[in-house]
Amino acid sequence: MGQITLKQVTKSFGNVEVIPSLDLEIGDGEFTVFVGPSGCGKSTLLRLIAGLEDISSGQILIDGQDATSVPPAKRGLAMVFQSYALYPHMSVRKNIAFPLRMAKLHKAEQDRRVEQAAAVLNLTDYLDRRPGQLSGGQRQRVAIGRAIVREPSAFLFDEPLSNLDAALRVGMRLEISELHERLKTTMIYVTHDQVEAMTMADKIVVLRAGNIEQVGSPLELYKNPRNQFVAGFIGSPKMNFIQGEEAAKYGAHTIGIRPEHIAVSETDGTWSGIVSVSEHLGSDTFFHIHDTGLADTITVRAGGEIGFRHGDRIHMTPREDVIHKFNENGLRFT
Amino acid sequence: MATQQSRSAARIMMAPAVFLLLGWMLIPLCMTLFFSFKKYLPLRGDSMANGLEWVGFANYVRFVSSSSFWPSIQTTLIIVGGVLVITIVLGIALAILLDQPMWGQGVVRILVIAPFFVMPTVSALVWKNMFMDPVNGILAHLWKFFGAEPIQWLSQASLPSLVMIVSWQWLPFATLILLTAIQSLDSEQLEAAEMDGAPVHKRFFFIVLPHLARAITIVTLIQTIFLLAIFAEIFVTTGGAFGTKTLSYLIFQRVLESQNVGLGSAGGVYAIILANIVAIFLMRIVGKNLDA
Repeated sequence: MGQITLKQVTKSFGNVEVIPSLDLEIGDGEFTVFVGPSGCGKSTLLRLIAGLEDISSGQILIDGQDATSVPPAKRGLAMVFQSYALYPHMSVRKNIAFPLRMAKLHKAEQDRRVEQAAAVLNLTDYLDRRPGQLSGGQRQRVAIGRAIVREPSAFLFDEPLSNLDAALRVGMRLEISELHERLKTTMIYVTHDQVEAMTMADKIVVLRAGNIEQVGSPLELYKNPRNQFVAGFIGSPKMNFIQGEEAAKYGAHTIGIRPEHIAVSETDGTWSGIVSVSEHLGSDTFFHIHDTGLADTITVRAGGEIGFRHGDRIHMTPREDVIHKFNENGLRFT
Repeated sequence: MATQQSRSAARIMMAPAVFLLLGWMLIPLCMTLFFSFKKYLPLRGDSMANGLEWVGFANYVRFVSSSSFWPSIQTTLIIVGGVLVITIVLGIALAILLDQPMWGQGVVRILVIAPFFVMPTVSALVWKNMFMDPVNGILAHLWKFFGAEPIQWLSQASLPSLVMIVSWQWLPFATLILLTAIQSLDSEQLEAAEMDGAPVHKRFFFIVLPHLARAITIVTLIQTIFLLAIFAEIFVTTGGAFGTKTLSYLIFQRVLESQNVGLGSAGGVYAIILANIVAIFLMRIVGKNLDA
């Protein structure tokens, strides 16, 4: 079991309120991702759940039990840190066994669980090495191994992939997702990378300045963002926002259109502009278009075969059915 | 230092300093060695001008077979060991305390380091006259306040008194080194251990202490080298009486009080050998630290 409920949780550091009153429900077995720009309080929120910081007011329930004043070790949660936080003077085996040793588990049982975790994470060959002799990805796996052996009711990940290079990050992302499929344990994952959030999450919690902006499945957030912030944060490249006359035509203060929902043409379209940069990825091409009279830059995603160059005039047609309308307060309406 | 030219230029420019240092070190060393094989009693009319009598290893044998030799070795070891234990244990405790965020941290840290800036002679005099004086000392007053007979520190408890004085001098050094080591400990490691169910004392023994291992070794070795040579503290307080004669103090007595230069020089050579054994370990560890 691993059901976590936050009730009117607040957190202040001195006079600075980091998290104003916040309610959140995380279901058993859910992969929940906290995502938001840096400094939005997502790591703080995770540390509050872990018990590494005390909450200023409110209540944290784990499996229905009040855990507000329960020390971190007794909450039954395991955490994977951004810096991995491996113990450098211990071998991988001792690192993974550390929580078991602290729990005074039988030596044979310790060994059994460590071997099991090592097998799951492909670490069997490295058990006798020190963390300093491992690569970034292997260290990450050791940190996960140390979390797994405790058989916690929920895993907490604090930006675990931000220290890895891009290729490794994609690999570890898959491994963590697979791990979740296999263990079916609740996982809370903090990241500032919306791609990680979109690809891994069952449920995304978008945070800004300690406030929850929206909670929902990745596609829900993509299709029906509650406000302009969520619309701009979810999706890559970012949604284009257009204000003024063009927005007024739709009866809105601002309209938003995603780069993938704009068709391009050489000859005719609703809007037009000059291509300033075209990024060819092979599968797709991203055009950054200036001088449209709509916004500074309009980004458009087109197929990989389309070959506009810097300085070319380009015509664009948005898909009317996926234009998002926002009022003066940034809230979306239909 | 990439090219052949810049490398040889560097050598030429470093040469004067290297020669100066070598001379500075080698000339006294060679003279000590030379005297240690000679009979040299200035009060009996021996002098360099008259030529000194070659006595082989007689001085070495006599120094070791003297009844003061083994007690002096014992005293040296007690002082070095006692000071090391006290400074490292209290140093770790102080370092942990000073690492906590508190009001006036900067001032407190400077105050803690202050004893290190007091000259050994001065600090020994301060302790002797202001703390340990059996009539006017603060400790004597304290004892009398509780109705106890004041201790005559420097005669009744001479060795513990010396250990106390020297520890007071060296505690700041140990604290400083250990504090910087503690500050370099990743706080996420401690949090991870906390999540893993380690209570405070286990976090100290499993995480903090292993992290400090290197710093503790360095403190031990550097202090050992300096503590083997403490002199002023003994000279000012007990003058080598009441069982406080260390090896270096014994050498001083042989040369200056007994006016036996040859015998003292032989003792000096023993001291050099002892210090070098420690220095070899020190350089290996410090060198390893710089590599990593």
